[in-house]
Formats: sequence, structure tokens, C-alpha cells
Amino acid sequence: MKWFWCLFFAFWPTLTVALCLASPGLGWWFPGEAASPLGQRIDDLFYLILIICTIAFIGTQAGLAYVLFRGAYDTEPEAVTKKAWHSHGSHELEVIWSVIPAIVLLFIAFYQMDVWAEYRVKSAFPRDKMETALKRVNQKRTTKDSLALAEVTARQFEWLIRYPGFNDDGTLKPLMKDPQPTDLYAVNDLHLPASAPVMINLRTMDVQHSFFLPELRIKQDAVPGLTIPIWLEANKQQTYQLLCAELCGWGHYKMKARFVAESDENFIEYLRQLEREQNEDRVDDEPEPSDE
Amino acid sequence: MSSVAATADSAGHDHDHGHHAHVDDHLALLKAVPFWSTDHKVIGIQFLLTTLVMMMVGGALALGVRWQLAFPWENMPIIGAFFPASAGGQVTPEFYTMLFTMHATVMIFLVIIPVLAGAFGNFLIPLMIGADDMAFPLLNALSFWVMLPAIFFFGMSFVWNDGWGPNAGPGAGWTSYPALSAIKAAAPGSGWAQFWWLMGVTCVGFSSMMGSINYMTTIINMRAPGMTLLRMPLTIWGMFITAVLQAFALPVLTAAGFMLVADRTLGTCFFIPSGLVVNNAAPTVGGGQTLLWQHLFWFYSHPAVYIMVLPAMGMVSDMLACMSRKPIFGYKPMVYSLAAIAGLGFIVWGHHMFISGMNPALGMTFMISTIMIALPSAVKVFNWIGTIWGGKPEFNVIFLNCVAFVSMFIVGGLSGIFMAAVPVDIYIHDTYFIVAHFHYVLFGSTLFAVFGAIHFWYPKMFGRFMSEGWGKLHFFLTFIGFNGTFFPMHLLGVAGMPRRYADPYLYPYLEHLLPLNQFMTVSAAVMGFAQFILIGNFIFSLFSSRKAGRNPWNANGLEWHAPSPPGHGNFDIPAVVYRGPYEYSSPEHDSDYWPQAEVPKPVVEHESETTPKIAPA
Ligand code: HEM
Ligand SMILES: [Cu+2]
Ligand SMILES: [Cu+2]
Repeated sequence: MKWFWCLFFAFWPTLTVALCLASPGLGWWFPGEAASPLGQRIDDLFYLILIICTIAFIGTQAGLAYVLFRGAYDTEPEAVTKKAWHSHGSHELEVIWSVIPAIVLLFIAFYQMDVWAEYRVKSAFPRDKMETALKRVNQKRTTKDSLALAEVTARQFEWLIRYPGFNDDGTLKPLMKDPQPTDLYAVNDLHLPASAPVMINLRTMDVQHSFFLPELRIKQDAVPGLTIPIWLEANKQQTYQLLCAELCGWGHYKMKARFVAESDENFIEYLRQLEREQNEDRVDDEPEPSDE
Repeated sequence: MSSVAATADSAGHDHDHGHHAHVDDHLALLKAVPFWSTDHKVIGIQFLLTTLVMMMVGGALALGVRWQLAFPWENMPIIGAFFPASAGGQVTPEFYTMLFTMHATVMIFLVIIPVLAGAFGNFLIPLMIGADDMAFPLLNALSFWVMLPAIFFFGMSFVWNDGWGPNAGPGAGWTSYPALSAIKAAAPGSGWAQFWWLMGVTCVGFSSMMGSINYMTTIINMRAPGMTLLRMPLTIWGMFITAVLQAFALPVLTAAGFMLVADRTLGTCFFIPSGLVVNNAAPTVGGGQTLLWQHLFWFYSHPAVYIMVLPAMGMVSDMLACMSRKPIFGYKPMVYSLAAIAGLGFIVWGHHMFISGMNPALGMTFMISTIMIALPSAVKVFNWIGTIWGGKPEFNVIFLNCVAFVSMFIVGGLSGIFMAAVPVDIYIHDTYFIVAHFHYVLFGSTLFAVFGAIHFWYPKMFGRFMSEGWGKLHFFLTFIGFNGTFFPMHLLGVAGMPRRYADPYLYPYLEHLLPLNQFMTVSAAVMGFAQFILIGNFIFSLFSSRKAGRNPWNANGLEWHAPSPPGHGNFDIPAVVYRGPYEYSSPEHDSDYWPQAEVPKPVVEHESETTPKIAPA
């Protein structure tokens, strides 16, 4: 029986590691390559921690299996009368196994700070690149105006999107904090230029929601009463999934939307089309009622 | 001595249970259970039985969640019929939110916290420190009895929401974030159900608070002679530090709860910001902050996860030492790391809020404190392994459960590092990775420790052993089922599957996860049904298993100095402590254990008047 249990406790970590190795092949892993440079860095960090943790996991589980095995071995008939090893511990060992993890943990802590800062700390945002992106879509703004290109407002259970409208000379207006008469609206369909960092403002009008772009590895809660800037940069011109990741009521699971990353021209063309629709036919203007 | 004669082992004879007037006196404690009693042992058993029942309820709710994830929108067997909210047995999205909200609520507030502090804390603290009861026996009894209104309130929240039936049940998750929980129009369950829920949490809070005051006072004041702080078993340290955590953190939750109730009933706006438009309803007045709730809630609920694991860590330390016949490896570091985990536990609550929109600089400080909490945890793991090292473990149910505890805690601890690294948390927050992580810690470690503890202290409670064979079968199925259920959740999380989704397959990139989810549900069912083995074993062993003497495991703790089961007042022979609790296999002693209360042999040769030789702790 002892052998059985020793093998039992050694077997499952082995299986675990094997499963993790097989998972990417089976599709039980990230939804594709990270579709943004920041996402790529998050993935790299994930893999780094995965490697460290795998080593720690194998090390500790092997250690556990070893001491179990030794215990089992020591209770073979000839050893039955022997007492166990009487030891209250070892100071040196404990220092070693506190200091090494401490170093590793501190390393992880400091190593990942940049990525976090870049994602969330405003002064670390790639401001220059965002400005260029705005120039590319021909936006006319003063330095005081917001860098955001769209405002995303979550509500049960849909995403309302507001873009700035056009000036008479064909340039794009800056996005104002409050809605403007020329603003353009869409529901569950976010379009932004690809391959450049662009910023959006995130809000909610009712409960808490969370803006989640799994393929870009981006998530940010939308908090009642706050307007939170997020920047994102899609590598490819492509359609991505947009989900809600914070429980927002019974329909939480169906807050489904898409994020279309497209070329600058297509983006402008999309806004133009919104403008046409809104001027010709004020029906689409009203967000569809979300009862189902 | 005659004061304890009412129950087992009447006069302090530690042998031959053959001729007693009362035949079944091993059930003495159990017989007192249905009635009002201020005996800490009875209260402990009252808690234990209640939590075991609640564990089955919580498990059934979890299976409801798992059912929907494996067979979305198909009619649910058995449970489905009982709930009108589940139209014709189908799990509606409203019902689904209630299921996971109540599952978590029941498991946390009615199972894990009360089973550790309430059941084992009560039963063990006076016995292990050599006291005859808690410091405040009446308060102690109350701490159990206010659990019953809590259960009633939680029950009401499941069936009554502006009327009986459909759409009953709170739907804001066990974290109850406003505005969802604060505004009645926000969700089908945000009416009365949410109010009942808050009342339930408040009652549970009262219960814990009464317990916590009692434990602190008892442990500080009522230790037997010779029981110095550094001779206390780690179980007692775990319970003590937990009690301190409760005492400091719980009032914050209670206050937050009252504020939320006030928001809902009195029209205050602690948690409701201005200008919200909910469900097309008229704008709600405001001025509050929803983040405030998150801070207050997690200020309690993060330490609460340590409340849910520290006593288990203590019990495992004691059981592992006894089963391996070895002193605990590094007693003092074990104590310090318990204290360090608790201390750090107070400054890490923000790691639940990395992406909540709070100041990113706060995110960094919380991240560092969180990562550092892994350190004392790692020290504990190494020391447990060190304890088994060179031991002579007996591979019985208790030992197996303890090893499972260590092994599962490693997984839970390591997955914690992923989330502590904030950028990674951006992605995995609120995905199934989190669900995997906390089940490894809460279920994988805590519950295995509890299973081990039930088998370990059962002989003390009822004077009989639990069946070893059934115990092993229960362990085997639970362990397999557990890993089958929860390990794949890590993969779901990495694949980006959000938690609390009634139908993740609405999203093409998650469709291929259905077979994996079905596998997990089958594993969960296996694990769920395995719990009937535990319950059955618990009940049948009361009547038909081997009798146990005072010290069936040859253990050192003071509790084994008392009769099994101990009578009112606990000790028939007064307990005096001469040494630490971990003197196993000491070369200075003939047998491989050396009970804390064993009187040292006088050194006869030299002088006639000798003071007892006291071994170093
Ligand atoms: C020690 C016992 C357990 C504890 C303390 C516990 C605790 C929790 C908690 C806190 C949640 C989070 C709910 C939320 O999202 O708000 C949860 C969710 C969940 N639990 Fe458990 N649980 C336990 C046992 C189980 C068991 C036995 C199962 C499976 C049979 C299970 C399956 C689940 C599932 C599937 C969810 C996800 C619900 C969701 O999608 O959010 N749990 N549990
Ligand atoms: Cu939402
Ligand atoms: Cu949501």
C-alpha cells in the first residue's frame, strides 16, 4: 500500500506537467498569438513565471515524493523498531530556502513593473505614438484635447461607442468629454486604426463591467462614476472579440461585441458611413433595447 | 475528579472500558448536540455537523454550475425540479448567477470558516491548552446559535425576492459589488434577496466575532501550567492568529454591510455614484464610490482567505508530525511564518483590484506585498516536507490527507504568483484561472486538512475510530475528482474563458473548450458523490467501529491526556505541561512519543528531593 501511495503522489504532478505540455497542441491555451505588442510582453512574462513555477513545482513535488518514498522505505520490516530521525530542524537549510525564493520573488516583482506602468500609468503611455496615430486619421486637436479616439460606455448588456464627428473641412474633431451634437454612435462594434497605439475612454452608465479583449490580453474594469483611459494597439487588421469580464447581472455572459482593427482609410470610411446613417435615418441612432 | 464522572472514562482510569454503567457513553457529546449546551466540545460538534450538511448543499449548488457549463441550456436533473427559477429544470441565466453566488456564499461563510474556527477551534482549543472550557462559554454557545438565523437568511435569499419563486436569489456574486448589489433595479436578484444575503453575512460575522474574542481570551489566559507560548501546538497558533485576524478585519466588513443596507433602504449613497442610469430607470442620486465597497470588502475578505487556511495549516502541522513520528521541522519559523502571513495578509487586499481602476501606483505596492506573501508560504511548505523527511510515516487516511494538503497548497501557492504579477493578472483576472487558484487553496488544501482532522480527532470526539478502508476510498476519489475538476480550470483561464458566464460557448474562441468542461463536470460529480462516503463513514463509525483509548495515535498533545470523549470539564487528571508538543522519537525517551503532560521521571540516584527535569521545548 505504501508503494501505491508513493507512486500515487508522484504520478499526479507528472500527469499535470504532461497535460500542460500537451495543452497548447490541444488548443487549451492562449487564444492565438498575442495580437498586440503589450500583449506579447504579457505573454512573455507569463512564460517566464511559468518556467520559474514549473521548476518550483517539480522541485517541491519531487522533494515530497522523495521524503514519502524514504519514509516508506524506512518502514520495511528491519527498520520497524528504529525510531524516526529526531530533528527539530536546521537553521542553515531554512535560511537557504527562505533567501532563494525571496530573491526569485523580488526579481519577478521588479522585472514586471515596466509592463504594468506602460499599461496603466498615464505618464508612461506611448504618447508620441498616439499623437502620430491621431495625425494619420487627420484629427485636428490642440494639446489640451483628449488623446482618446473613442469613448466606450458599458451598460447592461451592451457596449455603446461614441466617436467624434467631422469638421466642415473634413478633418476629425477631438473627442470631447461630454457628448456633442456631431458625435457618432455605434453599439457593440468598436472600430479603431490598427498598428498604432490609440486611446479610448472607458465608462459605464449602470453597474460595473469590464472591457476584455482576450486576443490583445487587455482588460480594464469600467467603474461607475469613473472615466478610465486605456490604450491599445492591434498588430493586424482583423476583427477581435470584445467581452465583459466583470459580473454585471444575469446577462453578463452575453455582452458580446467586436473590435475591428482596420486601416486608417477604412476607419475614416467607417466613421463617414456612421455619419451618413445618422444624418439620413435617425432610427439607428437609438441603441437597440437590450431585452431578450 | 468525580465532577467529570458523568461521561466516559469516569474516574480517570485510562484503561479497560469494559464495565461501565452507561453502555454507549461514547455518544455522550453527540447526544448533547441537539440541545443548548455551553460545553465547547458539544458546540464544536454542533458546528461540525452543521458544516458537513452545508458542504453537501454547497456541493449540490456547484454541481448545478458545472451542469450548465457541461450541458448548456439542457434541463438539469434532480435539483432542477426543485427550483421554479430554473424554468422546467433548465438553468436560466438568472438561476445560474444565483447558483454560483450561493455556492460561494455557502462554501465560504457556512463551510470553510465555521468548520475551521467553529468546529475544530471550539473542540480543540481548550483541550489542547489544558483548559476546562472556553473563557466565555455562554458567548461560545451563542456563536453557534446565531449561525442558524444566518442559514435561515441565506435560505430566504434563495427563495424569496419580492415574493416567492422565480427570480429569487441574489445575483451579485459572493463579492456583491455595487452598483449591482446596491440598486434594486440592477438585477433580478437585487431586491429582497440581496437584503437577506446581507443579513446572513452579518449574522455569520457576529458568530465569528464571538468566537474570535473567545479564542483570544482563552488562549491568552487559560493555558495549563507549563504551557508557554512556544510550547503551544501549531494548531493553537493557527487558531490564535486567525482569531486576531478576525477581530481586526471583520468589523470592517460588518460596517460595509451596514452601509450597503443603508444605501438600499435609507437612501444613503455610500456606494452609488452620481448620474447612473440603471435599466432605463430614472437617474439615481449619488455621490458615492463603488470602489469604496471593494476596498472595504477585500479588507476583510482577503484576510479571510487566511482565516480559511491558517488553522488548517496548524492542524496539518500537528497531524504530519504525529503521523511521521517526528518533531515539526523548524517550529519557530512555522510560528513566525504564520504570523507573517497574517501580517502581510492585511496589506494585500488590493490585489483583487489591480484592474479595478484604482490608482496604478497602489497597484505596484499591493503587487510587492502580495508577492512577498509567497515567501512565508514557501517556508511552510519546505518545513512540512522537512517534517516528513526521515520520518516513519504511517500511510493512513490522516497522513494521506495531510500530504494532499501540502501537495495542493503548492499548486495554489504557485498559481498565486501569476496573479500577483500584475501584468499577467490583467489577462487572467476574472477568468477561470482565478477559480482554479482559489479552489486549490480553499478546497484542495483546507478541505483536505479538514478531512484529515476529522479522522484524526474523531476518536477523541466519540471514543471510536473511523473506518480506514472507507476513509481511503473517500480520499482516493476526492483527490482524483478534485484534480480532474480543478486542474483544467487553469487551462480554461489561459484560454481566456471568463468566470460567471452562463454560456461561454456563445464565443467562437471558447467553443472548443466544451469537451474539457464536460470532463470537469464528470470529475466534479465523482467528487461530489464521494462525499457521501465520508458522511456514511462518519455516521456508521459511531456505532460499529473499533473503540479508541485516550491516545490512539500515540500523540503528544494535551487533548490526548483527557478521556475519549472527554467529560464535562475535560481533564480527569489535571494537565501540567513539561515539554513542547513535538517530542516524537526523542532519543532521551523510551517510546517514540513523549506526551506534553507526561510527568518526568525523578532522577532517583542523586538526591531525595528532586525537581522535575523539564526538557527543552
Ligand atoms: C471548499 C469548497 C469550495 C469552496 C470554498 C468554493 C468556493 C467557491 C467560490 C468562492 C467561487 C466563486 C464564485 C464566484 O464567481 O463568485 C466558486 C465558484 C465555483 N465553484 Fe466552488 N468552492 C468549493 C467547492 C466546489 C466544488 C466541490 C465544486 C465542484 C463540484 C466547485 C465548483 C465551482 C465552480 C464551477 C465555480 C465557478 C462559478 C463561476 O463560474 O463563477 N466548487 N467556488
Ligand atoms: Cu458587462
Ligand atoms: Cu458583465
